[in-house]
Amino acid sequence: MVSATQAPARPESPSAPRAPRKESGPRWLLWVTTPLIFAAIIGLWKLYTVVSGVSELIMPPPEQVWTALIELLGDEMIYEATYITFYETIVGFGIAVVVGVALGIALGKMRSLERVLSPFLVATQVVPKVAIVPLLLLWFGFGLSSKIFMAAIISFFVMMQNTILGIRSIEAGHRDLMRVIQAPWWKRVISLDIPSSLPAVLTGIELGIVFAITGAIVGEYLGGDEGLGALATVMLAALRTDQLFAVVIIMTVLGFLLYAVVAGIRRFAIPWHESSGRATSL
Amino acid sequence: MTDSTIRESAMSENVIAGDAISVRGVGKTYAASAGPVQALLPTDLEVRPGEFVVLLGPSGCGKTTLLRMLAGLISPTEGTIEIGGKPLFTGRDAKPARDALGSLGFVFQAPNLMPWRKVWRNIALPLEAKGIGRAERKRRAEELAGLVGLEDFLDHYPKQLSGGMQQRVAIARALIHRPSILLMDEPFGALDAMTRDSMNLLLQRLWQETGKTIVLVTHSISEAVFLADRVVLLSQRPGRVQDIVEVDFARPRDLSVAADARFGEMTGQLRKQLGGHA
Repeated sequence: MVSATQAPARPESPSAPRAPRKESGPRWLLWVTTPLIFAAIIGLWKLYTVVSGVSELIMPPPEQVWTALIELLGDEMIYEATYITFYETIVGFGIAVVVGVALGIALGKMRSLERVLSPFLVATQVVPKVAIVPLLLLWFGFGLSSKIFMAAIISFFVMMQNTILGIRSIEAGHRDLMRVIQAPWWKRVISLDIPSSLPAVLTGIELGIVFAITGAIVGEYLGGDEGLGALATVMLAALRTDQLFAVVIIMTVLGFLLYAVVAGIRRFAIPWHESSGRATSL
Repeated sequence: MTDSTIRESAMSENVIAGDAISVRGVGKTYAASAGPVQALLPTDLEVRPGEFVVLLGPSGCGKTTLLRMLAGLISPTEGTIEIGGKPLFTGRDAKPARDALGSLGFVFQAPNLMPWRKVWRNIALPLEAKGIGRAERKRRAEELAGLVGLEDFLDHYPKQLSGGMQQRVAIARALIHRPSILLMDEPFGALDAMTRDSMNLLLQRLWQETGKTIVLVTHSISEAVFLADRVVLLSQRPGRVQDIVEVDFARPRDLSVAADARFGEMTGQLRKQLGGHA
């Protein structure tokens, strides 16, 4: 039996990482699979257009879309339209982050307030937002404001919900600890509330950016003559299906880039969290 | 600086004569929909300066309630608590007094470490709350990490440590502001038997080196007898003090004390008194 007298305390050997992260394949996996799957999709697409003999107004073959994309990228207006959509998305998203996170903190802290307001907040979500676009156009005009508002209203809810969840999930033990060490209220906010709820808040923000760009583009489809959404409707009216496809590709790339930036911020901001190292899949 | 001089200087700075705790007529009643529930009947307990007292009892006996009242986390519905001669709850709103709380360190059942903070910043958290500068915080955290044998893990994150090591971090954190009293709520309940033994030895050494008053809650009879100067036996529904047992084995005790015939006698007697609850 060990003598307790002066045996200096030695730590138990550090355990292997608790739950070893599930092996998700080698690093280079995506670099191989992505081009392969992409090529397969293009191949099937081409095959379909050849075999079925479908009109190129309905389904243009891939090489025609490629040509249309190159043509489009040579035109200044596409950059202008992309910038407009980007601007609407970012401003609407920015407003939604501020409102969503602030409301989320307030509602997360005050349960009674949440009970009082929740029917109205849910109401803003169950109203089919596409249906109120005409109203938004009436109020905010055909310019950028109505699209910014659309992007904001469609993306704030998920950020608010996640913030509430984050605030509610702060461990009781951590709260007790802050009380025992007599931390002043601002110290609790900075050292516990914010870092503890950050993973949930950032997940909401990650989802929010996708909703925001959707909102902006839907707004553009339905009114006004600026942005990628409006450009798509113009292409459709002119029966330039190949260019319509090209615009959709540009929208996708823009969405991808915005998402990648936000997801990158998330990983950078919470390196300690279980989730870092992989983005939330949508 | 060698390892031993670090430990010595750490020790000299952390030796604080323990304060006494005085509990007089303290009881707690919770309001519930089915009528009030008495968690703890009015209880008297005097803890001497530097004494190691263990509160032992089955779940629902009010031992954690009593400890959380000593820590100012919940207020008693009756009676008074004094820490080092000063009342803990003052004023009409029964808020715990800041200076009385300042002389307390608390170790929870779970380590409650913040996963986004490195070990040293977890240990130093109580100093941050007091507005002490970074250099001083880091120095003190290093001292305390040395005291619990974690000097090589200052820059690790909690999830890189085993359960026992995490609880050592929690102990270092509870001691960093040099409290005179250490309150511990089933601190080793979640650890395996071997880690638990080594933590008990560590705790005894810390207690002997620093001279603090310790009140520890447990439901392990052998842990209670191994650590305590006095075991306070509580019984359940409603919670009340059933008996107080003096334990007079020589210090420092080593694990072989468990083989002592009197140790077996004492744990057997306590087990009988608990009526098979624990």
